[in-house]
Amino acid sequence: MTKQEWPLYEVFIRSRSGLSHRHAGSVHAADDEMALSNARDTYTRRSEGVSIWVVRSDRIIASDPAETSAFFEPAEDKIYRHPTFYEIPDEVENL
Amino acid sequence: MRSTAISAAYATRLGDNALVLGQRMIELVAASPELEEELANANFSLDYIGQARMFYTYAGECEGAGRTEDDFAFLRPEHEYRNLLLVEQPNGHFGDSTVRAVLFESWYLLLLEALTRCADEGLAAIAERAVKEVRYHVRHSSQWLVRLGDGTEESHARVQASLDNLWRFTGEMFAPDDVDEQMHKSLNGPDLAAIEPQWRRNVAAIVAEATLELPGDQWMASGGKQGKHTEHFGFLLAEMQYLQRAYPGAEW
Repeated sequence: MTKQEWPLYEVFIRSRSGLSHRHAGSVHAADDEMALSNARDTYTRRSEGVSIWVVRSDRIIASDPAETSAFFEPAEDKIYRHPTFYEIPDEVENL
Repeated sequence: MRSTAISAAYATRLGDNALVLGQRMIELVAASPELEEELANANFSLDYIGQARMFYTYAGECEGAGRTEDDFAFLRPEHEYRNLLLVEQPNGHFGDSTVRAVLFESWYLLLLEALTRCADEGLAAIAERAVKEVRYHVRHSSQWLVRLGDGTEESHARVQASLDNLWRFTGEMFAPDDVDEQMHKSLNGPDLAAIEPQWRRNVAAIVAEATLELPGDQWMASGGKQGKHTEHFGFLLAEMQYLQRAYPGAEW
């Protein structure tokens, strides 16, 4: 008998209020509730977070590595789109 | 009984429940069915051992005889332990451990919630911390019961057998002895008679969701609170206490 693997879920953690969720890793789980539990027990054991999102990995629509040049290169030579011409005050964090 | 003596006795028995269940769960380390469940189980057992430490330290303070948490955990013989028989039952298969967790934790959660309102501030403060951990444990174990009960034919039959087998250890949770009575009357502690119907409702709801049958009324085992344990308990203590018994005062 072959072992049936549980589906993979991607885990996103918000480390504290005001920040956005960041990808922390992935877990295997048999259902959505278990995915949330497993994410909590795997990635927030050392109080890394205040909020967790989980999503099944096969539900994520990802860009195709073969199309990297068409997707991203056109933006590379347009420096005027970068906000590098502003002074950012020291008090602004997390930008 | 003086109120500090009641507090000491009560803290000791709650510490015993937490330590013995924690030790049982530690036995499962490196034996979980999945990596994620492994981490969860180890986290939970450490939660319980942390609670035991707080209860024992407090029991030692109330007692005033200079006993430390280690004295309570490692240097008492079997008949001085006052834990429920349910928590010392062997791990069995995953369904057995899950049912043991659901039955105990759904009782323990109600008990701790009541204990946060008791007149003994030390016990209330420990309960306040523990209740958050246990609320999560109940959620976790209940979800597993539903998955197993409402899973395959095989898992349903096995977890139903676990429930039928462990049910006889639930009566003891609601049979007050002298310490329970005094804790309730003189220190506004948990009222086991009030907790019982709530526990039955909660457990019946989880069991129904898991498509399992609640066992009927039957003979109930008891004796844990009087220090009369089942045959499995001596082996648990022998393993847990080995190091302190073989090398008294050993530290790391």
